[in-house]
Amino acid sequence: MPVRLMDEKDRMLLKLIEEDCRTSYAVLADMLDLDEDGVEKRIRRMEEEGIIRNYSACIDWEKAGDGHVAAILELKVTPERDFGYDKIAERIAHHNQVRSLRLISGAYDFSMLVYGKDIHEVTRFVSEQIAPMEHIKETATILIMKTYKENGYEIFEKKGRERLPYSF
Amino acid sequence: MRDFRSERVKAIPPSGIRKFFDIAQEMEDIISLGVGEPDYDTPWNVREAAIRSIEQGQTAYTSNSGLPELRSLISRYLFDRFGVDYSPKNEIMITTGASEALDIAIRSVVNPGDEVLVAEPAYIAYTSGVMLSGGIPVYVPCTEKDHFRLTPDALMEKVTPKSKVLLCNFPNNPSGGVMSKDDYKAISDIIIDHDLLLISDEIYNELTYEGEPASAASIDGLRERTITINGFSKAFSMTGWRVGYLCAPEELCSAALKIHQYVMLSAPTGAQYAAVEALKNGWDSCAGMVSEYHVRRNLFVKSLNRAGLPCHMPKGAFYAFPSVKDTGLSDVVFAERLLKEHKVAVVPGSVFGPSGEGHLRCSYAVSRDDLLTAVARIEEFIGKL
Repeated sequence: MPVRLMDEKDRMLLKLIEEDCRTSYAVLADMLDLDEDGVEKRIRRMEEEGIIRNYSACIDWEKAGDGHVAAILELKVTPERDFGYDKIAERIAHHNQVRSLRLISGAYDFSMLVYGKDIHEVTRFVSEQIAPMEHIKETATILIMKTYKENGYEIFEKKGRERLPYSF
Repeated sequence: MRDFRSERVKAIPPSGIRKFFDIAQEMEDIISLGVGEPDYDTPWNVREAAIRSIEQGQTAYTSNSGLPELRSLISRYLFDRFGVDYSPKNEIMITTGASEALDIAIRSVVNPGDEVLVAEPAYIAYTSGVMLSGGIPVYVPCTEKDHFRLTPDALMEKVTPKSKVLLCNFPNNPSGGVMSKDDYKAISDIIIDHDLLLISDEIYNELTYEGEPASAASIDGLRERTITINGFSKAFSMTGWRVGYLCAPEELCSAALKIHQYVMLSAPTGAQYAAVEALKNGWDSCAGMVSEYHVRRNLFVKSLNRAGLPCHMPKGAFYAFPSVKDTGLSDVVFAERLLKEHKVAVVPGSVFGPSGEGHLRCSYAVSRDDLLTAVARIEEFIGKL
């Protein structure tokens, strides 16, 4: 929950750094009609408040020659008295292989994204680490075959637009 | 053999940037700020709507005035957004881009010898459009000191008993000047007193960054003497679709429709279905593009000023209009050397009329990286002068 009210410039600032967190304070300041100090203060504050959680790069590991296997793993679990889903979720989330973990509606309770070096590593992780956990009733492993869009960015090659150098 | 070309066509001067175009075609690694169109693809849902319409066989002519659903949506939009009430039945027609709307608006009202007041700097097609009708363009300057708005004083200076039409475009291409409701109100008495017709090209209206956009026809006494022109190219990034519209009281609208039905028959049908989708579900995309233009404008104009090209903060459209007067070069020479020596394409302001002299039209409908690279090159160029 935001500790204090966000203004329009805070919101725009978040949008801009979500898109490219390497944009310099100077450029951000120009775009938002602030000074650099103002930008830095706003960013610092939102970092402290946990609104900005971290900064990371979006990497095409396949292109880097370091391809890995990713799978979506869906789980049915029995919620625990007093804790609901939270405690088991934390225990699952601690595993390094788990890239994301979400409580979902529908037939399953959790949906998670799991990375491994190869398919054996992923299946071993599921059968040895996740499936035997207490409260886990059922798992479904769905292999990801190809990624077309990630974090709002389309990954497939596109033909460049033809644009006239001058038009009125 | 005779010279078969008509006198009117011959009287139109060649485009002021043909030469630049040819130079630019030959060069590589050019950053072009010479573009007058958005750099976004048309929103996907809009493209899908057109594809669907084609798949369903909606490939015939529409009625001359366009799809009834589209006219209804435009009517509702103009009322909700600007408080202007046009009947979708007989006061709105769909055209092949705002360009066609402009052409038929002029042709349906201008007689040979009529004076047409053109607020300038102005989109280049205005002068030629007036000349092709045998009208006489009379420029009304909108200057930097007035933030490129049209003022009553400037208008009064140019009105004569022969004046029939006032042609203006706000938010303005090329200056980025914007007219608020009060600004329109300030000139409305002159328009009414001198019994002028206003042709108001409001194609950039959604691209307004400060204050609310205004439509001239919303001013008391103007609606009955205004032809409003708008379209989808800028707000929804649909330049290649060629779909715009013209709104006017029935008598004027049906006069324009008379020309349209013979020269165009109807606007492209697939594009009209796309436009329906744009007005129904395109507003989030539009808002996203506008907010991106907004931050680019701030970034570009501030950087230009720091680089040594004084530039007012434009309130609308996607053009910055910096002055090169301090450099001692004319806008044409500056633009030509900037292109040849530093590979940045801009349009010299004088192309848009006498008040554009000494300015450059720089489009910021290009990526932020390109904008910053362009500014760095401009700064380098100025440093050499």
